[in-house]
Order: sequence, then C-alpha cells, then structure tokens
Amino acid sequence: MIKFKNIAYLSIFLLTSSVITACNNNKKLPIYGNREAVTVKDENGNDKIDTIYQTIPSFKLLNQDSVYITQDTFKGKVYVADFFFTSCSTICPTMHRNLKTVYDEYKNNPDVMFLSHTIDFKYDKPSVLKKYAAKLGVDASKWQFVYGNKEEVYHLAEHDYLVAVQEDSTAKDGYIHQGWLVLIDKEKKMRGAYDGTKADQVEQLKKDISTLLAEEK
Amino acid sequence: MRRTILIIIFSLTISCIIYSCQSAGEIELTSYITNGKDLYRTHCQNCHGENGEGLGALAPPLTDTIFLKTQKADLACIIKKGSNKPMVINGKTYEGKMPSFNLADIDLAQVIVYVTNSFGNKQGMYKYEQVALDLKTCK
Repeated sequence: MIKFKNIAYLSIFLLTSSVITACNNNKKLPIYGNREAVTVKDENGNDKIDTIYQTIPSFKLLNQDSVYITQDTFKGKVYVADFFFTSCSTICPTMHRNLKTVYDEYKNNPDVMFLSHTIDFKYDKPSVLKKYAAKLGVDASKWQFVYGNKEEVYHLAEHDYLVAVQEDSTAKDGYIHQGWLVLIDKEKKMRGAYDGTKADQVEQLKKDISTLLAEEK
Repeated sequence: MRRTILIIIFSLTISCIIYSCQSAGEIELTSYITNGKDLYRTHCQNCHGENGEGLGALAPPLTDTIFLKTQKADLACIIKKGSNKPMVINGKTYEGKMPSFNLADIDLAQVIVYVTNSFGNKQGMYKYEQVALDLKTCK
C-alpha cells in the first residue's frame, strides 16, 4: 500500500515538473515593429494570409577597424544594437557600463553580438571608436562600433530600430538620443527594447537573450 | 531600590541627550555630504559609477585617496572647467577628456565633500569660501 502511494506521489511530481519545463521551452519573445498582412499562394495554389514583420534592412558602415561591415557580419547571430556617441557624458556611459555586463555574460557565446552606432558623425571617426572600445575594454569583433554619415545612421535609428536620435545645439553635448538596447533575432526582427540606463531592464535583456537563443535552436 | 532605579533612568537620559547632540560642524558636514550625494548622482555617477569605481579606462575611479588629497586644491577647477590632461590614478594613466560642469561654488563644495568622504576617502570639511579661493588659481 505504501509503495503504491509513493509511486503515485512520484508520478504526480514528475508530471508537474515536466509540465513546468515544457512551458519554459515554449516561451517566446514578442515581435516588435510594424507588420502587414499579405496574401500568398501556398504549395497547392490556394490563397493564404501571411504576416510580414518589420526587419532591419541591409546596411554598410565602417567599424572601429575602418572595415566596412554589413548584415553579413550578423548572419545567424542574435545581436543587441544601440545608438551613442563617445563624448556623451549623460546616459551613454551608464548604458555601456550596463551593456558590458551583458557582453561579459555572453563573452564565450559566438551566437551573440553587439552593435553600437555613433550618432556623432562629425567627431567619432573609426579611430576614435577604436580608442573608445579599447578603453571600455571590449575591443573585439564581438562588439562592433560603427560610423556612418548622418542620413544613413539617423535613418536606421528612427525608421528601423525605432530609437529617437537628434542633433541638438542646445543640449550639453550637442546631441540627444534615447538609451534603448534593441534585441534583434537571426531573422533581423526586433524582439525587445530595454532601457540601457536601468539595471533591472538590463537583467531582463540577459534573460531574454537566452530565451531567444533557446527559441531559435 | 527606587532611588537606584531613578538614578539609572536619569543618567541614561542625560547620556542619550549628550550622545545625540552633534556639534555645529558635524551637522554642517553631514548636510554637505547629503546634498553632495544628490549632485554626484546627477552629474558624476554616469561616468564615475555609483561606488566611484570609474568606467574601464574611459573614466578614472575616485578611490585613489592620495591623488584626491594631494590634488584637493585643483578639484574645484577640474570639475568646473573640465580637464584634458593625462592623470595618473591608482598607478594607471587616464587620458580621456573630462567635460566641464558649471556648478555654483556651494554645489562644488558639497560634491567635493561627498567625494572626499566616500569611496574610502575621509578628508572632512571643505567650505564653499575655499572653493572661491581655489578657483582663482586654476591652471
């Protein structure tokens, strides 16, 4: 009798734990950005509705080593993108202090990368970015710092990553921008945006990266 | 017995009063540190960190007690006018540029008192009148 009871308990325990782990495995991050419904033909020639999500378009920007990088650099990778400038004394140091903890956590995972765009097209040439990266202690191909002309970078920020950036002569350092860390998946879709100045949101980013990696396996 | 208890209560009360009394100087120091902490959070923490730990090789830490002590008269100038000279802090050379922060003398005094009495520093009071004097000798 006692034996039966034990087996019953054990099976309930196993059942519950398998349900819980199953739930975790199924967890998916939301998809952000604009979307549109289109009608496409399936293999039998019938009409069906499909959703097209907003994706990050191709780009060509100079990195800290003065080498052009494109979407190919991030092929098959999950990456975190942000907008900053090296002489910024307000939110950028905090954003990068926090983002560096994410970098350290995923240092040995080749599927995770980082992409910081400078919005200071006048001063932050690749050599300046190189020095900045070295001083931050992250000078590696895993964390790319890129420079581009104003139109290209500002267009990417506002239309594609949905981060507001602006040149502003009245601001202390000459530019204003938002501190979002934007999480991009392997299909170039936006899967999350986190305030890089808030430690708790950055912790959430760390968790969401591992969720995203598990989801894409 | 009753007398003893009364005496004990009386002496405890007196010692409590004496203990809780701070000198005017200590009260002023505490108020400088409290206000300085708020100013530090607003203007300095982004780069120098919550615990004065700095940021990589970009921003130096504020934990070099000897540097802060020997450069005390320059601190107001460095904050108010910024700095682009290399500095050796904890044996490491920092070459970045520090932006200027145009604060009032009293704010400079308060933030300097906070920094020089935190992160392992313990230098005591630095009055705003001294800030005015130190600013005259900026290099």
